[in-house]
Amino acid sequence: MDLTVLFFLTSGLFLGWSLGANDAANVFGTAVGTRMVRFTTAAIVCSVFVILGAVISGGGTTHTLGELGSINALAGAFMVALSAAGTVYMMTKWGLPVSTSQAVVGAIVGWNVFSDSVTDTTALIKIFATWVACPLLAGLIAVPIFKLVEQFLHWAKFHLLRLDAYTRLALIFAGAFGAYSLGANNIANVMGVFVPVSPFTDFEVAEFFALTSVQQLFLLGAIAIAVGVFTYSKKVMLTVGQDLLPLSPVAAWVVVISHSIVLFLFASQGLEYLLASNGLPTIPLVPVSSSQAVIGAVVGIGLMRGGRDIRWQVLANIGGGWIITPIISAVVCFVALFFLQNVFNQQVYREARYELSAPVLKKLSEHKIPTKALQELRGKSFNSGVQFLDALHEKRVLTRDQDRAALYYAQTGKFVIESEKIDLLDANWLTSSQIETIRNLSGKTFNYRWTLAEALARGTTEWRLKENTKVDKLYNKDINRKLDYVYRTFSVDE
Amino acid sequence: MALQKGIFGRTRALENQIDEFLDKISEAGLVFNRAIKLYLKKGQCKEFDALLEQCAGIEHRGDELRRTIETDLYAHTLIPDLRGDVLSLLEDMDYLLNIYKANLYRFSIEGPEIPASFRKGFKELTETVVTCVESVVLAARAFFRDIEAVRDHNSKVMFHETEADKISTKLKKAVFTSDLELAHKTQLRYFAERVDELANEAEDITDALAIYTIKRKI
Repeated sequence: MDLTVLFFLTSGLFLGWSLGANDAANVFGTAVGTRMVRFTTAAIVCSVFVILGAVISGGGTTHTLGELGSINALAGAFMVALSAAGTVYMMTKWGLPVSTSQAVVGAIVGWNVFSDSVTDTTALIKIFATWVACPLLAGLIAVPIFKLVEQFLHWAKFHLLRLDAYTRLALIFAGAFGAYSLGANNIANVMGVFVPVSPFTDFEVAEFFALTSVQQLFLLGAIAIAVGVFTYSKKVMLTVGQDLLPLSPVAAWVVVISHSIVLFLFASQGLEYLLASNGLPTIPLVPVSSSQAVIGAVVGIGLMRGGRDIRWQVLANIGGGWIITPIISAVVCFVALFFLQNVFNQQVYREARYELSAPVLKKLSEHKIPTKALQELRGKSFNSGVQFLDALHEKRVLTRDQDRAALYYAQTGKFVIESEKIDLLDANWLTSSQIETIRNLSGKTFNYRWTLAEALARGTTEWRLKENTKVDKLYNKDINRKLDYVYRTFSVDE
Repeated sequence: MALQKGIFGRTRALENQIDEFLDKISEAGLVFNRAIKLYLKKGQCKEFDALLEQCAGIEHRGDELRRTIETDLYAHTLIPDLRGDVLSLLEDMDYLLNIYKANLYRFSIEGPEIPASFRKGFKELTETVVTCVESVVLAARAFFRDIEAVRDHNSKVMFHETEADKISTKLKKAVFTSDLELAHKTQLRYFAERVDELANEAEDITDALAIYTIKRKI
């Protein structure tokens, strides 16, 4: 086992620990804050369901690398995870609920700046939108739900103790469900980048219980999350459930449910697919984050009551925490990468090369991208995305979407389809026809991702992307994920 | 079903205990009413002593129930946001049981002689305070089950308390304008005030209950 890999893994575990310490407050903060669920009970339920979510739904065969997927060197991923984890730890120490994935995106921006890679501005716009749209939506949803629940309770006339028991149970169920989603959705961010270098091997007990190396890796990450929940999450839980606004137990439940509804309605591509495939109008997808949704729901209920109980100073601190988290994360990452590269001699990124060769220009004109002005750049090679983009911008002919297409088509690489690597492909995830197509390309070399993608698409319809409609969005996403997996598997250093 | 029984079994048991505790207050009111009427009719007698013992037994059971409920609420950290209020409510209601018992003991120990002209007044006062206490019991039950009804019962408590005050004042005036010995007058006034205390206590509980209700609604 490579000790360096184990060392690099520690930053993923630290990120997992930070995630547990901070994000557990989103699902159990109000329950613990209102003293309806003991911290120990919440921590146990949360840990168990985070682990189940991570191993069952997160650690299957998705092969998602999460946000860190764009980092192309292990040492770089180590530092990105470490910077994000450190920032979230600091925020947790101050008792502020922040978004771990925003800390990760912040750190990636730091890495992008350091490695001269292009930062996708949509990711940054997403973060800004999440700060505003997500709490607003959660607040707007929490108010009618609260009113409805109030009406229902008025009609049902439960005994005070019965209501207490029902609310307690509902809080535990909602928390368990939230914890399961937390594990399933975030484990890729914590451990995804380490999948290709997993030090574990698959094992099986009596044929009915099997854990793949990925699942073992994700289990380790989930345990780190669970340890974070147990050791350090209480402070943030109390900020969410007590300090910001004194909540009644029923209001505490309304907060958790509203946050889940926001995540389900406005972030679920599955729901969008279901609606679109049945010819129903879809709900626009909005970038959401569970930390922002919970705070929005709490504030929504507070404003409904007239806003007198809201502790505005606490709210201002939380808002400040949201803004500075990605910024600190980016700055820390940038500085730390400098040290890691220049003091510890680690390769923190692999240079991405861009070249406007004849086939690339042909491809671009096929996509109706004006290439006349780009002819001057023909044959020139660029050592980073930023340099390439600067050269394109000098020509002032491309739109932002065309920029993105040019970046995709011009990036060079070396993909060699080696037969021994084909045998290692995940046969449970890729279809036999997809694997067969790869096998038919055995021994071939490709210099661009898109040439490999086109060769695969020619081999079988199962590698072909469909038209970008709402119904086929999930299908295309799955194909793109599989293509990414193939690129990573067959990529070799130039 | 078994799971539901297990989860809600403790809650149901506690609900029953609270109901039984409130039943005890109503029961004590009926016994108190009967005992006073008997005293006014026959003075101290065996039947009165039996009712006194019955009231003491009810008060004792009430104490037991209150302690069990309080321990359970704390031991299982139930209704964390309203536990303090519920505890105060139960203790105040328990105080009504104490007053019922203590008043009957006072009659038994001091054996005040109540002239025939004042008996109607004492009977009326007793009936009004018992009705007043019964209304506060209903208000307390509503606090647990039907929060919107608390206000209705509270207004009845206020009404009966005012009535009791009027009857007691009228009775005391009548006592002091009579030809009785001053010591006798003072004793009768003392008993009228002790009986009226039940309505005053019920009114205090109502005031607190109104606040608890607002807190429960939020």
